[in-house]
Amino acid sequence: MGRIPRSYLINRLVTFVLTILIAATIIWIIPRLSPVDPAEIALGRMAAGAGSVANSEEILAQLRANMGIDQPLILQYFKYISGALVFDFGLSTAAFPTPVSTLILNALPWTMGLMILSLLITFFIGNLLGALMVWDRSPKLVKVAIPAAMVFTSIPPILSGLLLMWIFSAQLQWFPLTGAYSIFVEPGWTWDFVKSVLHHGFLPALSIVVVTFGFWALGMRGLMIGVQGEDYVKLAEAKGLRPRYILYRYMIRNAILPQITAFALKIGLLIAGQVLVERIFAYNGMGKLLYDAILNQDFPVIQGVSYVIILITALSVFLVDLLYPFIDPRIRHEAT
Amino acid sequence: MTQPNDMPLTRAEKRQARRFRQFDNPWLNPKLIWGAGLLLSIVLIGLLGRFVWDLDLVFTGSSPLKLPPIGFENLRGQSGVAAHPIGTDGGGRDMLAMIIVGAPNTLFVGLLASLIGMSIGIFLGFSAGFLGGRVDDTIRVGADVMITIPPLLILVVFQSAFGDVSLTMMALLIAGFVWQSPTRLIRAQVLSMKQSGYVQMAQLSGASTSHIMFREMMPNLVPYLFGSFIASVTTSIVTAVGLEVLGLGPQRIPTLGRTIYEAINAGALIQNLWWWWGIPTLLLGIIFIGLLLINLGLDEVSNPRLRKLS
Repeated sequence: MGRIPRSYLINRLVTFVLTILIAATIIWIIPRLSPVDPAEIALGRMAAGAGSVANSEEILAQLRANMGIDQPLILQYFKYISGALVFDFGLSTAAFPTPVSTLILNALPWTMGLMILSLLITFFIGNLLGALMVWDRSPKLVKVAIPAAMVFTSIPPILSGLLLMWIFSAQLQWFPLTGAYSIFVEPGWTWDFVKSVLHHGFLPALSIVVVTFGFWALGMRGLMIGVQGEDYVKLAEAKGLRPRYILYRYMIRNAILPQITAFALKIGLLIAGQVLVERIFAYNGMGKLLYDAILNQDFPVIQGVSYVIILITALSVFLVDLLYPFIDPRIRHEAT
Repeated sequence: MTQPNDMPLTRAEKRQARRFRQFDNPWLNPKLIWGAGLLLSIVLIGLLGRFVWDLDLVFTGSSPLKLPPIGFENLRGQSGVAAHPIGTDGGGRDMLAMIIVGAPNTLFVGLLASLIGMSIGIFLGFSAGFLGGRVDDTIRVGADVMITIPPLLILVVFQSAFGDVSLTMMALLIAGFVWQSPTRLIRAQVLSMKQSGYVQMAQLSGASTSHIMFREMMPNLVPYLFGSFIASVTTSIVTAVGLEVLGLGPQRIPTLGRTIYEAINAGALIQNLWWWWGIPTLLLGIIFIGLLLINLGLDEVSNPRLRKLS
């Protein structure tokens, strides 16, 4: 790690670890403040299944012992934290006895796949459009159409998702209404399955892309205005370089760097937005898992999903912070 | 000889005069005015609607089920009636009454949460920037840590543990997650202002700390504060709507998000009951577009370089 001073590294690492620790602690404390007793919920579920439950006191005690909530709080806390570090959140109460980590592992690839795909598309489109808005040679249509289209970028993806779902799934029936793949296709690395996944993933991805590209375009516009007046751009023009070459190699390349840090700050909101998109499309990711867990009052799963998403967010911010000096050599981390 | 002032101005001249006045006053920014107008229209729907419409129609079963807006027909062949001009939902509630009650609720949560968040942010940002040292370190690390935690996920845990919450409670909870960016912004601005000539001048002339904070620095922060406030209103409403769409949030009070939640759960998309989810979606869209326009307008107010581009 040649270029990163150690103090900076330690600073970022401490922030990262604190974020995880604080988030995990809040998630742990909240249900303990609640008057709801998870053992009673589990008993209620049994009673609903069987009609009546004999020896309910004994069963409650046994359930509490199983869940570990009869132990002193401080012991519970350390057990939970050390479990969270290795992604052990106990067993799901609704899908008993599946471990929460198994449920999350099944959902995670879907969420990550959808997120990475839509992020890459938005980052590319958004930055290009933002740059074109400032470039003095871009067609007039671009300068009028993009600001108009950008009005829609303030809308959260769940609303665009609803609209797209209604138009393309319910009315035109071009795309399936819900799910991540067709129930008639066997999951596996076959062409049919991949086709089905792409077909199902298109609308959720589109609903995120439509409303987030403007965030990048707006940021890029501001940065490009700054770059536009720089001496090296003037020099490149004076040298008689082709305008397109100047745009890509001189202007965009320099302007795009702060966008990467903007990404780090935005990722939390992006993930939260995507969770909601997954919920309305009943996409097999973390969003659906979370929603089902809320319906079933399945606290271990709710805690696990929240924790993993916060971990992903914090980890991406941490990585962007670390990679940034390598991407932008102009940044020098001062030892503060 | 007549003065040119007495001549009626031509249209082009009037337009030019208007442009000059706009140039003089950056606050008369068209985006700002449009954005504020959109938000105001939502507020007016809520305020005036109370007087002209029977709000008892928000109760379940007070109206026929799934009636379409006037001029449309639903799948059962019923057409819209004047008693329910924009239709009714699957629970027999009048959509117009739902909106009159629900839209201001949504705005209320956003405004209250950000007002509290901003106040915390101003207090912490000034403290960090002014006091420095340990206080600054603590506040800075705290804000850095909290800014990466998505509020939605923590609030999901909270509300699923506690069940029903009130609107005010939800706003308070969200406020706990919108103070970080104002804090960081104000801290950075205060640090840079502390070095500026006029603040040092005030310090030398023996002005009190509160005088320097509120009379010397605060006025210069106003555009930033406004911008930050609008941004946190957007975040708050997005979070509130997110919670409501997950079926959390207030259970008995109509909000735009909860209406969408009920519509999705009842299969309104497949049954082509577009007004049920579409009207709240449209109103939320207007709120967010209004907020965005205000923010873009404020950007142009505080950064004159952006003005000539629009």
